[in-house]
Amino acid sequence: MTDIFGILKGKPEDSDFEKKGVIVQGITGAYGSLHSKNMIAYGTNVVAGVTPGKGGQKFEDSVPIYNSMQEAVDATGAKISIIFVPAKFFLSAAKDALNAGIKLLVAIPEHVPIRDTMEALALANEKGAVIIGPNTPGIMIPELIKIGIMPAMPFKAGKIAVLSKSGTLLYEISDALTNAGFGQSITIGIGGDPVNGTRLIDAFEMVKDTDLDGMVVVGEIGGDSEEMLAQRIIDSGFNKPTVAYIAGRAAPKEKRMGHAGAIVMGTYGSAESKVSMFNKANIPVAKRPAEVPVLLAGKMEKSD
Amino acid sequence: MQLLEFQAKELFREYGINLLDSISSTKIEEGRKHAKELGFPFVIKIQVPVGGRGKAGGIQKCQNEDEFEIKYPQVMDLTIKGEKARAILLEKMADIKKELYLSIFLNRSKRCYTIIASNEGGVEIESVKNQIIKEVGLGDVPDEVAKEVAKEMELEGNTADQFVDTLKKLSKLTIEKEAELVEINPLAIMQDDTIMALDGKFVTDDNSNFRHDELQKYQEKTAIEEQAEKSGFSLVELDGDIAVVGNGAGLVMSTLDMLSDNGGKPACFLDVGGGATTESVYEALTLISKLDRVKGILVNLYGGIVKTTVVAEAFLKAYEDNLIDLPVFSRLKGTESDKAKEMLQGSRTKIFDSVEEAINAAVMGVKN
Repeated sequence: MTDIFGILKGKPEDSDFEKKGVIVQGITGAYGSLHSKNMIAYGTNVVAGVTPGKGGQKFEDSVPIYNSMQEAVDATGAKISIIFVPAKFFLSAAKDALNAGIKLLVAIPEHVPIRDTMEALALANEKGAVIIGPNTPGIMIPELIKIGIMPAMPFKAGKIAVLSKSGTLLYEISDALTNAGFGQSITIGIGGDPVNGTRLIDAFEMVKDTDLDGMVVVGEIGGDSEEMLAQRIIDSGFNKPTVAYIAGRAAPKEKRMGHAGAIVMGTYGSAESKVSMFNKANIPVAKRPAEVPVLLAGKMEKSD
Repeated sequence: MQLLEFQAKELFREYGINLLDSISSTKIEEGRKHAKELGFPFVIKIQVPVGGRGKAGGIQKCQNEDEFEIKYPQVMDLTIKGEKARAILLEKMADIKKELYLSIFLNRSKRCYTIIASNEGGVEIESVKNQIIKEVGLGDVPDEVAKEVAKEMELEGNTADQFVDTLKKLSKLTIEKEAELVEINPLAIMQDDTIMALDGKFVTDDNSNFRHDELQKYQEKTAIEEQAEKSGFSLVELDGDIAVVGNGAGLVMSTLDMLSDNGGKPACFLDVGGGATTESVYEALTLISKLDRVKGILVNLYGGIVKTTVVAEAFLKAYEDNLIDLPVFSRLKGTESDKAKEMLQGSRTKIFDSVEEAINAAVMGVKN
């Protein structure tokens, strides 16, 4: 099992405890540089950037840029990277990172071909590494480390784990949680693609035995990862207050709703199927994002 | 993208999968010529990128010229699940002994290709009984796996050999074209014991389009969908009267759900992507102005750093340019929202503090 807090924070005896280094692949692109600045401003320790052909330069006069991941890892010892390259170059960037010893890879690009994701995943499994995404807003421990593109404003440190397929709904629902006094211990963006490096069940395994008061799952139509998660929650006997939200109840069948993965084929991927499995797991499903903290508070009262 | 049956069959033919003779057309004049070439009787099949064609009357037997003149236009005029006929396929009548089911799909949670087969095909997959399910990894289906499936389906002799051959060809096609789903339903055993694909479904992974120029001719986008794609938006047209716009697929889906819960009918799903700028919102309004039926626009933008004044500017410009003359009900979460409200005073755009309020106002607004 992946010790995600170990990777993101480290241990108190580590010299870089709570300052784990992050390498940005594609740091000089418009998107990569904007979000690198935002991550640094949030307190993330960005130790290097990689852009082939720009090795030797510096980003914002301080972060060294390397030509390859191997050079960047050799120089910094970092185990975390985040990828901002265009989708068609994702696979080669991911291989570069995994072969250089990266253990946590956050894949931001949207529109990565499924085959490329599956190939990257096969290599990650072989190397014992974790991929978050693609098509994810990223992963964060609020007020400590942000590896992704999420705005800082909605999040606050606390003890609720939030797992989400959608980016904007993660922000919206975390905002509502924060306003209701529920800070977040960690937020994990699963991503909106058909194949996810870290599925909902994998993310659940990462957080279920950590210091939590509750969990929020933000799903959407398409695939069966919500159903699998509900089953896993039942099987594991996980009993922390949990609330779900599912987007796409009103979406027509056989139409891709913005995300490559958000499509209902027959009954496969339908909102009804997901809601009924969550109900079976005794997890209430909110009808509106704003209802999530209300249901969570209700669950907390009952568990007291 | 889901290909039409005749397009899927073009690919099947290229990979050597057995098919009945068939010809597609978009006009009855062409159809008449094809009817002569093919010879009666045959089946007239509507070409739409959705299932359930048979039940909706989109597949009709045709015995002679008189029937053809009535049924061809009838089928051409059908709309199935909101989809108009893109073409008509005329296909020779089949002399079927038994209907099987066969598909290969990308198993999202198992992250590998998976075969589903059954010796009771011809119905929708949810109703297919005795499903044989085999996960097969990322490469071609190996010989022994294909044989195993045939055996579990209780196929024997020459029929089993033909099935194995078909499955292997289907697997090659799926992998080479990076399909998400390829389905033959029914795969029929004919009276003479040959195996034929009577229908074909093919769903591509659009994200791999850049590697598949050969599939580009199958793109059947409407002009407005094409324009949306150029702007980096995703658009799904729906049949209601309130256009729904937002940033992020999940957020727009969620807005659609809440609108429907409150009795509103969405006219479209329009996701303008992560950020929101004056240009992107103006572009979104341009797209919406081209949709019929729209009586009001519901906007739900969430951004920690979105300047709402920037969005307000886009609305004002759209009215000024006479691009739209519709009421806009918006929830803009971001900075400077008081200033944005002030800017929009007296215009047809109203800003609400919550999406719930914006939705209620939109539902009431389009009624009047």
